[in-house]
Amino acid sequence: MIALDWYLALSAILFTIGVIGVLTRKNAIVIFMCAELMLNAVNLSLVSFSAHLGDVHGQILVFFSLCVAAAEAAVGLAIIIAIFRNNLSVDITRINLLRW
Amino acid sequence: MAELIPFIIGIPLLGFLINGLLGLAFPAWREQKLLIGIIANLSVFVPFLMTLSIFMGMTGQSDPTVVTLWTWMEAGDFSADIAYRIDQLSILMALIVTGVGSLIHLYSIGYMGHDEGYWKYFAYLNLFIFAMMNLVMADNLLLLFLGWEGVGLCSYLLIGFWYSDMAKSIAAKKAFLYNRVGDAAFLIAMYLTFSHVGSLSFGEIFASLDQIPQTTVFWIGFLLLIGATGKSAQIPLFVWLPDAMAGPTAVSALIHAATMVTAGIYLISRMSEMYVLSPEVMLLVAVIGGLTAIVAATIALTQHDIKSVLAYSTVSQLGFMFLALGSGAFIAALFHVLTHAFFKACLFLGSGSVIHTMEHVEHKLHDEGKQVHYDPQDMRNMGGLKKYMPSTYWTFLISTLAIAGIPPLSGFFSKDEILVMTFNAGTVAEYGAVYYGLWGIGIITAFLTAFYMFRLTFSTFHGEFKLEKNVAGAEGAEKHLHESPKTMTLPLWILAALAVVGGFVGIPNFVASTFAGTDVSVNQMHIWLGGSIADFDLVLSKAVEWALLSGAVLIAALGIFFAYRLYGNAEVEEADKLVSARTRPLYSTWSDKYKVDEIYEGGIVNPLVKFSNGLYVFDMRVIDGLVNLVGGTMKLTGSLLRYIQTGVAGNYAFALVLGVILVFYLLLF
Amino acid sequence: MESISQLLHFFPLIIVTIGSLVVMMVDAFSKDTAKLYYLSVFFLIAALAASISDVFGPAGEAFYGMAVYGGTSAMGGVIVLLGTLFVVLLCKEYLTAIKHHVGEVYSLILFCTVGMLVLVTANDLVTLFLGVETMSIALYVLAGLIKRDKAGAEAALKYFLLGAFATGFFLYGIALLYGAAGSTQLTAIAEVTDGGLIYWGGLAMLLVGIFFKISAVPFHMWTPDVYQGAPTLITAYMATASKAAVIVALIILLGRAFPDIHSDWAEVFQVIAVLTMILGNVIALVQDNMKRMLAYSSIAHVGYIMVGLVAGTAAGYSGVMYYLFAYTIMNVGAFGVVAYYERQKGLDFTNMENYGGLGYKQPMFGVAMSIFMFSLAGIPPFAGFIGKYQVFAAAVYEGYIGLVLVGVITSVIGVYYYIRVLVYLYMREPESDTVFQQPGMVYKTAILVLAIMTIYFGIQPGALSEIFTQGFEQLQIMAATGR
Repeated sequence: MIALDWYLALSAILFTIGVIGVLTRKNAIVIFMCAELMLNAVNLSLVSFSAHLGDVHGQILVFFSLCVAAAEAAVGLAIIIAIFRNNLSVDITRINLLRW
Repeated sequence: MAELIPFIIGIPLLGFLINGLLGLAFPAWREQKLLIGIIANLSVFVPFLMTLSIFMGMTGQSDPTVVTLWTWMEAGDFSADIAYRIDQLSILMALIVTGVGSLIHLYSIGYMGHDEGYWKYFAYLNLFIFAMMNLVMADNLLLLFLGWEGVGLCSYLLIGFWYSDMAKSIAAKKAFLYNRVGDAAFLIAMYLTFSHVGSLSFGEIFASLDQIPQTTVFWIGFLLLIGATGKSAQIPLFVWLPDAMAGPTAVSALIHAATMVTAGIYLISRMSEMYVLSPEVMLLVAVIGGLTAIVAATIALTQHDIKSVLAYSTVSQLGFMFLALGSGAFIAALFHVLTHAFFKACLFLGSGSVIHTMEHVEHKLHDEGKQVHYDPQDMRNMGGLKKYMPSTYWTFLISTLAIAGIPPLSGFFSKDEILVMTFNAGTVAEYGAVYYGLWGIGIITAFLTAFYMFRLTFSTFHGEFKLEKNVAGAEGAEKHLHESPKTMTLPLWILAALAVVGGFVGIPNFVASTFAGTDVSVNQMHIWLGGSIADFDLVLSKAVEWALLSGAVLIAALGIFFAYRLYGNAEVEEADKLVSARTRPLYSTWSDKYKVDEIYEGGIVNPLVKFSNGLYVFDMRVIDGLVNLVGGTMKLTGSLLRYIQTGVAGNYAFALVLGVILVFYLLLF
Repeated sequence: MESISQLLHFFPLIIVTIGSLVVMMVDAFSKDTAKLYYLSVFFLIAALAASISDVFGPAGEAFYGMAVYGGTSAMGGVIVLLGTLFVVLLCKEYLTAIKHHVGEVYSLILFCTVGMLVLVTANDLVTLFLGVETMSIALYVLAGLIKRDKAGAEAALKYFLLGAFATGFFLYGIALLYGAAGSTQLTAIAEVTDGGLIYWGGLAMLLVGIFFKISAVPFHMWTPDVYQGAPTLITAYMATASKAAVIVALIILLGRAFPDIHSDWAEVFQVIAVLTMILGNVIALVQDNMKRMLAYSSIAHVGYIMVGLVAGTAAGYSGVMYYLFAYTIMNVGAFGVVAYYERQKGLDFTNMENYGGLGYKQPMFGVAMSIFMFSLAGIPPFAGFIGKYQVFAAAVYEGYIGLVLVGVITSVIGVYYYIRVLVYLYMREPESDTVFQQPGMVYKTAILVLAIMTIYFGIQPGALSEIFTQGFEQLQIMAATGR
């Protein structure tokens, strides 16, 4: 049996990769994918805690989080399409009409 | 008497609502000037009569009565009521507010008669009375603060009343913001008091003064003092008041001379039991008062704008009152509030009458097709108005004599008591030496007061009318000069009469004792307020008091004498127009006397003028600059910080991660 | 069976949920958007009435501890529904005027309100998460309502990307707390007071997620851009109802899950509050766009609210509730007036430079705007002052004098930019002679009612703040008895 710590470490690493991705990428879609990676990293944590504690609540929460991620994706991609229609680009460094 | 309180407070509010709402909703109502005027006047006069009836039913020994209307707010252990306190101090202030208020409302009917914002003006004025009554009658600090903010708001609205003039709306904003600085200090003082006493009502604060540690007493006193310097225009927050003269003159008389600006003095007197516990704060109050008195008086010497002189004079007189407060002479300060309300309101209304006429002349000249423009407030264009405006002149003269401190007019008694008590504080208070110094400053200021006030009076009313000479195209202006209407002169005469007799409520005991041979108590102010206010004991001997009294009279007389020698001919511009002045026939006949004048000028006036010019520059550049610097720094910081907001979402995410690190750091370490 | 009877305590939530579905279905089969408006108003009024009656009803936990009802939750519901109702009332005329009166607005607003109502009842991290997300996803869409507007789409994108990013942290926080406490129930979490890195890390991430939603500095960056880009009344909705809901949830969270480690999180809140108050007020000084200025002002207000949270006492929490109530009415009012000016043709009436003399064009709106501005500036006797006073007083009572000092000083700075609006409204000459179109009856009445409420609850706050205090005490009793 693999110790809980390893799962948590993996989850933390994945989460950090997601954060770094959000910070460094310029394409809105890639940024969104990185944010999704963060959510999935958390799901891994939840599942491993759940297994460790022998409690199903964590796993149920994962289902909620998956649903939320799906809904977010639907809305998010629609917004990105709207942006693309307006700006012909999804580069976030060029979408800065609103500032200061 | 308690059942009258809701009416005393509520009627002005009702007046505001009637005139304000009807005026806003129905343009036709705005034309009903007579009706608006009557409603507005009654909304102040009726409460005045009610206050008077409460006053009649009280004596100096009456216990304070608290009238609770309803509980304002309640949260946890904290509760504050809409409650009003009837005691000697609040009734005295209420009488001043409604009394002087009534006269100024009456005066405004004539003064604002032709203004299109007539309805709005009276609505604001009634709102002001409402707020001011809340301030002086409140039983707790929070309600007092409500009134405090309310009067600030009304003052803002009324200074910017003629908002089409850019400078005026800036002046309004300046006044409001300066006051807010003071208000912030007031709020913190309130929180501090609450955290130690657990209540904000005056009764409970006074009952648990011994629970507040000494340092906290100092800080509460200090913060309230900062609040008071904002409202009462003291160093370092005084610069808004001269600018505030942009509003209608009647407003200057009511708000910026007689009532609102004395709110700071009222506040400190109300908290006198706490102030006397901290000698350091008392000293600070006195020093601020003394410095303000002399700085403002010297600046007043250099001004040509008639209202500006009066504005600085008000600042200076308020400084006197603070000096009294700091010297433990709370009653003397309130006495000066009372007499000052009479004579300064009269002076302002008198100046308003003059300005009204000067504007009338300008309009008449325009009607004749002459395109002349001049400043109707510049005293260099006046002179000789005595002939045309006798009522204005005589009332103005009486009030000037009163402010100069000539016996037996009212200002003499109050100013003398302040000086005596300051000298007294040198003996009884801690840091006595400083108080002797402040007494010296007080004496010099008294001299300057007499001097600049007579400079103003002489150059406005004596000599020749100078407009026709000074302004091209103004020929024939003199025939348009006329006395103001009865609604304006009547309040002038009433106020002048009060300025004459007002001082008799505070005849010093030692004077009466000397004549009666035994110790008697004739000082009505002390009989009335002695029970509720913690004054220092007067320990001076009769001989010293007599000496101080005669000294004060002598100094005032000296000031008037110098002013007469220099300005008796109403020529204000000696310094720079001496040469051209001499060419005029009138002045050549006086040329011999000029030699004397030149000596005075070289020896006294010039250095004085230079010095006070310097101070004026200091005020404008340094103090104003300092304040602008703070505001400017804020804005600069803001305009730099706004660029953090780059508009790029990636940077926002980066800031978010920094925040995560910050929260982690705070929680884990 | 027990669960079904517990549904009775969640009438407002049920009404709004049904309402949102009904409105969506009607929208699908009918072209008449006005019908949707009346339906939404009807459901919201019904929910508001139910929610007000809940305030005076019992309090307790329901659904195996997933949710709480009554007390603070019911009051939170009232504040949220009040804000929503007024936004919807104003919406129709505004959206018609800018030619975007589309049906989905109403169902989206109602969905969003469902999320808020879930939030204010959250007694479990799962409920909290669901509430936040239901609300946010609907708000992302609402922000980008005007698809062809570049600014609107940009606002939606920024809100969405950063929101998704913050959700990651939020969910991670929930996961870690779950790991540390072995449960997602707030009362179970309260039993753990130190679970090492996992516990503290979880708390930190959870707070970050919430700070983002209430736009506390430095998590506020999205706020000005989104508030400026979104349609004005949607901004009003985001600034009031959504913030109120999250802060009520935060009160329940802090009061029920972390009461024993008050000193630890109070430290975080203090630092964040100071940053928020200073930055919000200072940057607001230099803004010329009304919506952006109000955005920074709303950031500053969150700072004041956090001062009340720092106190951590019943007085502090009830002060915060009062603040939210006052903030909601006055801010919806202020945005409502801005929206009215904005829809006039000719000049860009979100720019303050063009506000010269507007106070006289529609006297009622000018006076109402003055009332809202004075109230936002915290000048008595308006409701905003009472709220500010109560949170500051509660903090001082607990000895946070330095913090309150910062609060008072920054609110003095804040007065400047509120008064500036009035100076433009009343003391400048008009920039153009645009003839303003008359506002509709409903619009006018709604603004008037908001203005009257702002005054009324400033003069007569007694009963309301008493109710707020009792509400929190009920919550505490529940926590103490472990129900």
